[in-house]
This record gives sequence, structure tokens and C-alpha cells, in this order.
Amino acid sequence: MNFDLSEEQSALQDSVGRLLRNELEQTRLLEIFDSEDGHDVRLWRALGKLGVLGLMIDEKHGGTGLKMLDAAVVTEILGYHGTPGPYLGHVAAALAISLGGNDAQKERWLPRLADGDCVGTVALAESGDAWQPDEWALPGQAALNGAKRNVLYPGQADLMVVGVAGGGLVLVENPAQSVEVTPLPSLDATRRIAHVTFRDTPAVPLGGSAGRLRDALLVLLAADAFGGARRCIDMAVDYALTREQFGQVIGAFQGLKHQLANVAADVEPARGLYWYAAHAYDAVPDDAERMAALAKAHIAERFLHAARETTQAHGGIAYTWEFPLHVWLKRAVFDRAYMGSTSVHRARVADLSGWAQAG
Amino acid sequence: MDLSYGVEYEAFREEVRAFIAENWSRRDARDPQRVTAFRLRATAAGYLYRNIPRRFGGSEQPADVLRAQVIHEEFSAVRAPMEIAGNGVRMLVPTLLECGASWQQEKFIPPTVRGEVDWAQGYSEPGSGSDLASVRTRGELVGDEWIVNGQKIWTSRAQLCRYMFALVRTEPDAPKHQGISYLLLDLHQPGVTVRPLKQITGQSTFNEVFFDDVRTPADWIVGRRGEGWQVSRATLKHERTGIGNAETYLEQFAKLVNVARSTARNGRPAIEDPIVRDRLAEIEGYLQAHRYSTFRQLSMNLAGRNPGPVTTMNKLVVTNLGHLIAALAQELIGDASLLLPVYEPGRKVGNERWMNQFFGSLGIAIAGGTSNIQRNIIGERGLGLPRDRTGDAS
Repeated sequence: MNFDLSEEQSALQDSVGRLLRNELEQTRLLEIFDSEDGHDVRLWRALGKLGVLGLMIDEKHGGTGLKMLDAAVVTEILGYHGTPGPYLGHVAAALAISLGGNDAQKERWLPRLADGDCVGTVALAESGDAWQPDEWALPGQAALNGAKRNVLYPGQADLMVVGVAGGGLVLVENPAQSVEVTPLPSLDATRRIAHVTFRDTPAVPLGGSAGRLRDALLVLLAADAFGGARRCIDMAVDYALTREQFGQVIGAFQGLKHQLANVAADVEPARGLYWYAAHAYDAVPDDAERMAALAKAHIAERFLHAARETTQAHGGIAYTWEFPLHVWLKRAVFDRAYMGSTSVHRARVADLSGWAQAG
Repeated sequence: MDLSYGVEYEAFREEVRAFIAENWSRRDARDPQRVTAFRLRATAAGYLYRNIPRRFGGSEQPADVLRAQVIHEEFSAVRAPMEIAGNGVRMLVPTLLECGASWQQEKFIPPTVRGEVDWAQGYSEPGSGSDLASVRTRGELVGDEWIVNGQKIWTSRAQLCRYMFALVRTEPDAPKHQGISYLLLDLHQPGVTVRPLKQITGQSTFNEVFFDDVRTPADWIVGRRGEGWQVSRATLKHERTGIGNAETYLEQFAKLVNVARSTARNGRPAIEDPIVRDRLAEIEGYLQAHRYSTFRQLSMNLAGRNPGPVTTMNKLVVTNLGHLIAALAQELIGDASLLLPVYEPGRKVGNERWMNQFFGSLGIAIAGGTSNIQRNIIGERGLGLPRDRTGDAS
């Protein structure tokens, strides 16, 4: 048995962590958080240069040809650093083209997605929190008419993968010319969302499975949430070791120590859960869908809990905009809601577990 | 990432299966002689008592966590007898192997391994629970004997045990931790009084043990005078690694799902109720997280790497799991929770058997270091927060 990361995977995490420590110290993160579009091109280019944007794109098309597990462990690090930008939708769009695009589409888009030369996104949700493929109602025709909600960075996107009725996917190229974007005040300003409206928007069908794309996003959200939760704990421990009250560092007080111990014990075991969900996506088809749903539901919930607890543990400083913990609190809210909330995925876990059958 | 055990271990699994098929049938479980004979054969084959030298009745196998895991899986699958349960094999033997004199190892380990004698653990006292180093039972060396006076509590199975390993204050003038010795006591002697404690379950599995001028030879001490605290750490280490088994909770969860199938809510099977399904899925999130967390820890241990702070969290994690399971089980069994489970001939015990899990989940939160002590350990050793200035958390 070897349920551990390979040396290459650990090294990949280290190199991404190094880049983000340099490029994204806390003042810079807050600048991007407060910026007009929440997208830092320099950071994006650096991530592309490091290979982060093309991990699952095959080598023939300029990517690294790695698996979901590799992408997930990198996503944990991006989550740890609160990395802003179109990463999540971008990786999902590239995956959709890898899974269901024809040769011409792959050759046209994948190399440019891999190095970050262009930005991809996915448009999935419809009104009524309808994130799941079987809930999509947008008619999948050569000319799209209708709307999608809560799309990541549609204004920056060079291509958009759109979920359509019946659980299919279509590709909209150069959406800036054919899609109307309604910006929204994003709570998590590291992941900007907007509504989009299609009016006779040209679209071409993609092969591949929307369910598979959904599972991929769930695993990546779980990984992001684990990294974010870990960061909340680290920030609170750092603070507990430096802040003094009543003549000692506050981390010596049992009330705080126990609070942080509870959060750590709540979060830390979940590392293996997202690893396994990613591994199942790569290698255990029978377990992939259920584990992706379980990991997303469980870890997004742990992240939100950790962010709330550690915000309280800091006291007043964490209630200010200038202290960056709120970035992770808001990312936790995003990770919980995006692609469907906890109760939705727990219900799916229940359905996929076959619990109602005689055992 | 590879979750299989690999070719070598799957071949070993076949070997273990063949051994069991040849040597064990479920009917044997009712015959103590056959159980003993099976253990001897399984030990000779290298499956039991793997870290105990052959001269003491063990099988002296090289440490191999995966082989141990395969043996555990295959033996448990058919309920073949594993090592003798109890504090003797689980705690005293490893302690003697680590800290005992060779005559102590020769005298005590073989009969313990054969199951001829069992040991009571004499640690806690009425005034020494989490603050174990405050023990007050005293031992005085008079001639070639220790004279022991005092009281121990929470002593599991003391009425069935021949011996006790005990923490006894032998150096009353030394600082708290340096004044304790680790003594071995024969419980079959005048001056030892065992009084069963009736537990909240109505059953009695642990006791108070009183010592009134109880005697033990001067050399029945493990380690030197005043070193008992360090010696006991070796034992506690073994106890703590024994808690945290995900398989136990996977089985408990499967039973919980079965209860949800067989009980009703709003006139329908409870398993169809969205709230019940949500809570089951919540529990399964924690359960699978812990399961893969233990796989990760096992893999890293195998590779000689440190899994990090998570190792300090396992006990609290499974305690919390037990609490979540207990809470949902109470909801599902409904009015059956109004009954105390009573085991008598002719009485059928129904879903009230879950009250044992309900009480047991509280026991786990207390035994082997309470949850609040675990939180100190996680905070201090796991997260690196400062030690409580008054505490002896570790």
C-alpha cells in the first residue's frame, strides 16, 4: 500500500507554494481582492509558465499530461494561498475540451489554455440553484438563447463551455462577441462571477460527459477547501503564538487551545478524503461520482466551519477588511455554494450509496 | 498512489487464508482447548505475537505493518482467534520487552501470552485521573519486600486478574514525576480487596482495588525506583496506538444504516427520510475522511516518514464519530431508547442494544485520556501551542 503523494507530487506542491509565497503575499492578495476585475495577469502568466494551468492537458497539446490527483494537490496549495483568478473555470473548460473536443478544437484551444495565453470558463448554473446536469434547461442548439448564472470570469474568457438541457455540453468560442455579461458583486472577490445571457449565440456541441466534468469540479473544490481550511488554522495558530493578553500569549489559554484543537481535528483527516476522491476520479470509476460528492460536501463544510471558528478566535482584528482572514471566510462560502450546496451533495451521496436496498 | 497491498502481500494473504481454512472452523470457537491449540499453531506459523521473541512464546517476526494488517483482516473475517485480549498482552508485555529485567521477561511473558494469567492495570486513583502523576498509593521498601497501601480505581476485570502492574509512590520526597515506581503485584494475597463498580450500563466491568499492607518482592519493579512514570509512558504509548481503528466504525456505520432501513419515520422506512439521509451522509464524510487518513498514516509510517500532527488527533476523531453515530441511533430507535438493555436467558434484546453504543461512546471519550486531555495534546504537540503551565498533558 502506498497511499501517499509521490516525490514528484510533493515537489510540485512545493514549487507552486514557492511561487505563491513570492507573488501573492498578503498585501498583494488584498490589492487583487479590491481590484476592478479580480484577475492579476502577471500572476496568471506565472502560473501558466509553471505549468499549473495545463496539468491535465496532454503533452501533445502543450500540457503536462498529469492526472486529477496531481491537479487536486496543486489546487490545495492554490486554496491555501487564496489564489485569485479564473483557475477553476479555466481548468474545467480545458478538461471538457480534452474529454469531448474534436482534434481541431483541441489543437486550437488546448495549447493556449495550457500556458494561460487564453482563459476558459464554464457556464453551468441556471436559476433555482440548478447546478446539476439533469437540472439544466437551456436548449442545446447551434444558436443558444437563454441564460446561465454565476459564471466565473466570463468577461475575461476566450472560450466558454456551456451545459445544456439533457446534460450535454456545447462550446462557445470568443464569447465576448456573442454573450452578454451582467457583472455581480462577488462576495468572494478572488473568484468573480457574473450572469450571462445568450442571444443567438453560436455554439458547437462537445462530446464527453457533463457528469464527469461536474465530478472534476467537485474534487477540485474539495481540494481548494482543504487548503483554505489549513490556512485558516495556520493563521490562527500564528496569531495565538504572538498575541499577548493577561501577560501571556493567548495560545496558552486552554479555551483557545481547545477551540483550535477541535478545528484541526475536524479538518486534518480530510486530506486523505480529497486524495482518495481524486484517485477514484483517475482510477476507480465505480467510486468516482460518490466520492467526489462526499469529499466536496464534507470538506467545504469543514472549511466554512474552520473559517468561522478561526475568525472568532482572532477577535476584532479578523472582523476588519485589512486583515486578510476574511478572504478565506469568503472563499469557504464560495466553495460550499458553487456547484451545489452541502445538502445537495449529501443527498446525492445517499442516492449513490444504495442505502435503501436491503443489506 | 496505490491502494492495493501489492503482489507480495496478496500472496501472503492467500497463505493466511489457506492456513485458516486448514486449521479453523467456526465450531471451534465454542471449545477453549481448540481455541488454545489454534493460537499455538497460528503463532508457530508466524501470525500471532509477532513482536514477541520465540523464547517467550512469540513468533518473533520482523516488523511489517502490512502483514499484520492482512492477518488482522483475514482472521477477523472468519472470527478466528487473534492474540489474547487484555492488558497483559496489550500493555504489560510490550512494557517488559522495552524496560523489564530479563528474569521478569522470562517469568511473566510466557504465561501471559499463553493466556494463563491476566493483568490488571493499576494506574488511576480516586484523586488521580487525568493528572495521573499525582498517584498517592504508597510503597515502602521493608527488608526485601515492598509494602503497598492505598487504592486504585477503574481497574478493568480486576476480579479475574492474577497480577497487577501499578504506579506506586515510593519516593515521597521526590518531585511529583520522579517519585513513582512501576511495581508488579500478585493480587491473590491477603490485604487485596476488589470491589466491583456498577457502571451506567448496569454492568460491572471495572473495579476499585484496595491495598492494605500488600506485599511484593523488592525486585518486582520494572525500571529503577522513581522511574515508574517513564516506564508507564511506554505502556500508554501502546494503548493510544490501539485506538483509532477505522474498520470498527465502518462496521458500526453499516449497522446504523441497517437500523435506518428497519425503523420508520412518518410512516415510511427511515432510510427514505431526507433528514436521515443527510445525517448519514454527514457521518460518512467524517468516517471516510478518518479511513483515508489512517491509510495515509500507515503508508507514511511504512516509508519511515512522519505523518505530522494528525497522529495526535486520531482518538478525538473517533470519539467524535462515535458521538455522531450515537446521536443518530437515538433518533432512529425512538422509544426503544426508553429501555435498558438487559441480557438474560429468554429475554430478547431489541434496538435498545444501541444504548450500549450510546454509553460506550461516552466511555471512549473518557478512557485512555479524556477528550479534553486529547485537546491539550493536539494543541501542544500537534499545533505547537505553549504548554499549560500547570498541566502534565503528556
